[in-house]
Amino acid sequence: MSAISLRRVVKRYGDVTAVDGLDLTVPTGTCVGLLGPNGAGKSTTMRLLTAQAIADEGSIEILGFTLPQESKAARAQMGVVPQLDNLDTTLTVEQNLLVFTHLYRVGRAERRGAIDRALDIANLQDRRGARVDELSGGMRRRLLIARALVHEPRLVLLDEPTVGLDPQVRQELWALIDRLRSEGASILMSTHYIEEAERLADTVVVVSHGRHVAVGRPSDLVVEHAGREALEVYGPPARLREVEAAARGRGWPTRRTGTSVTILRAEGLEGEVPEGERRPASLEDVFVLLTGEEIS
Amino acid sequence: MASRDRPGRLDRPALTGVLVREVVNFGSYWRASTFSSTVEPTIYLLAFGFGFGSLVSSVNGLDYVQFVGTGTVATAVLFSSVFPAMFGTFVKREFQRTYDAILAAPVDTEEIVTAEALWIAARAGVFGCAPMLVAIAFGLDPALGMLLVPFIAFIAGFGWASFGILISAVIKSIDNFSYVTSTVITPLFLVAGTFFPISGLPEWARILANVNPLYHCVQLVREAIFGLGWVDLYHLGFMVAFGLIAWRCAIWRMEKRLVN
Repeated sequence: MSAISLRRVVKRYGDVTAVDGLDLTVPTGTCVGLLGPNGAGKSTTMRLLTAQAIADEGSIEILGFTLPQESKAARAQMGVVPQLDNLDTTLTVEQNLLVFTHLYRVGRAERRGAIDRALDIANLQDRRGARVDELSGGMRRRLLIARALVHEPRLVLLDEPTVGLDPQVRQELWALIDRLRSEGASILMSTHYIEEAERLADTVVVVSHGRHVAVGRPSDLVVEHAGREALEVYGPPARLREVEAAARGRGWPTRRTGTSVTILRAEGLEGEVPEGERRPASLEDVFVLLTGEEIS
Repeated sequence: MASRDRPGRLDRPALTGVLVREVVNFGSYWRASTFSSTVEPTIYLLAFGFGFGSLVSSVNGLDYVQFVGTGTVATAVLFSSVFPAMFGTFVKREFQRTYDAILAAPVDTEEIVTAEALWIAARAGVFGCAPMLVAIAFGLDPALGMLLVPFIAFIAGFGWASFGILISAVIKSIDNFSYVTSTVITPLFLVAGTFFPISGLPEWARILANVNPLYHCVQLVREAIFGLGWVDLYHLGFMVAFGLIAWRCAIWRMEKRLVN
C-alpha cells in the first residue's frame, strides 16, 4: 500500500485549473519531492491532501483512507508542516507543543514524553520555556516541524520547508528531515529548490501547470532528460544567440542560464562543437527543460 | 495497517483540542480581555445609573439602579461575546493562519466553530455577572435567582459568539466590521430594554425589540432576579433558537471560507 496515491486529480478555481490531472504516489517509507515552479499547483495539492481543498475529479487515498470522506482519520496519522508559520507567538515553545498533543489526540500518559521527544527532534530542549516571538527564524521552523511530529505520524507533509531561510539554517533542517526519513516515516515534500529535492528525495515528481511531467529518482531523471554532460558556452548576448541558433539547427537540446547557453547531452555531440566548459548534467537542467522555467 | 475506527462529527477529542488551545492562549491575554469585558458595561451602568437615576426614580416598579443593573448584564454578555468572536476568529483565520494549522490535525470546521463559541460563551457566563455584582454594591438586593444569571449569560453568549463568527466568515476585510457594528450591533444594544423600557417606544421599534435576542436576554435576567413567569420560557426559547440558528449558519459560512 502507498502512503499517498493521487489518480488523475483535477482542482479548479473558477477559470483557473490549479491541478490538472495529477498522478502522484508516495510509496510507504520513502521521501517524495514535489518539485515545481511557483504556481505549478504544489500548494493546492498540499491542501487537497488535508481536505482543505476538495478535488473536482479523480481520487485521493492516504494511508488507505479515501478522501475527502475519511480525511479526519487520515489526518490523525499524518503530520503537516505548513509553508506559512502559524505558531502561537505569545505562547512558549512547550505550550505550542502541548496544544498539538491535544489536537493530535496523544493520550494523557504519553503527553509529557511526546513533548520531550519533539523538543529533542527540534533541538530546542533549552528553549522550552521561551516565548515563540523570542525565537530565531530557524528555531521557529524547527518548532513548526516538531509540532507536526508530536503524535509520531506515519506520514509527514512538508510544504516548502526551507523557503526564505539562510543556507546554514536550511542545512540544519535538511539534517532534521533526513533523520525523519531514516526513521521510516513516509514523506511528501513540496519544494522549488532543486538542491533540496536532490538531497532528500528518493523520488522526484516534477510538476508544471498542475500536471506531473516527469517522475523518477533524481539521478535517473538527469540521465534520461539531460544526458550525462552539459556544455556551458559563455559570451556576449549576440554570441549566445548565434550559438543557440546553431545548436537548434543541429537538433541539440539547449537551455539559457542568463549569462550562458547550455547545450545538454554534450557527451554525444558530433562535428563542430563550440568552445565552452563541460560539467555534469544536473537536476536543474531537467527542471528547466521540462517546465520551461528558470528558478533559483 | 490503518485502523478503521473513524472519528465522527463533533467528537470530543477535537472539541477538547480546540478548547485547550483557547484556554492556554487565554493565559497570555486574560488581563486585557477581562478588563474590557467587565469595565465597559460597568461604566455604562454607573453613567446611566447616576445620570438617569437622578431624573428617573423608578421604571416598571423597579428602582432605576435595579433596572439598569440587571439590564447591563446583557450588555456585558453581548460585548464579551460578539466582539471577540468577530475579531478573534477573523484574525485567527486571515492573519495568524491558526485554522490552517488546526484543520491539518483531525479537527473539522464544525468542531472549530463549536469549540470557539463554547469557550466564548463560558467567558460571557462569567463576565456577564460583573455589572450585577457592581449593582449589588449600589443597592441591588441579592436574590437566589442571581444564581441562574451565569447560565442565562452562557446561553446568550453562545448565540452572540456564533453570530460574531458568522459575521467574520461573511465579511471580506477587517475594516468592514465597523459597518456591522454601527448598523447591527449598536441598534440591538440600545433597543433591548437595557437603559429604558421598550414599552415607551413607537410600535415598530417595539416589534424590532421583540426580535432582538438581546431583549430576551435582558428580560430573562431581570425576571430571574425579580421573579420568573411563564413568559420567560418564551424568552429562553427565543434565545436558544437564536443560538442554534446562528451556530449552524456560522459553521456553514466558515466551512465555505476554510474549505474550498
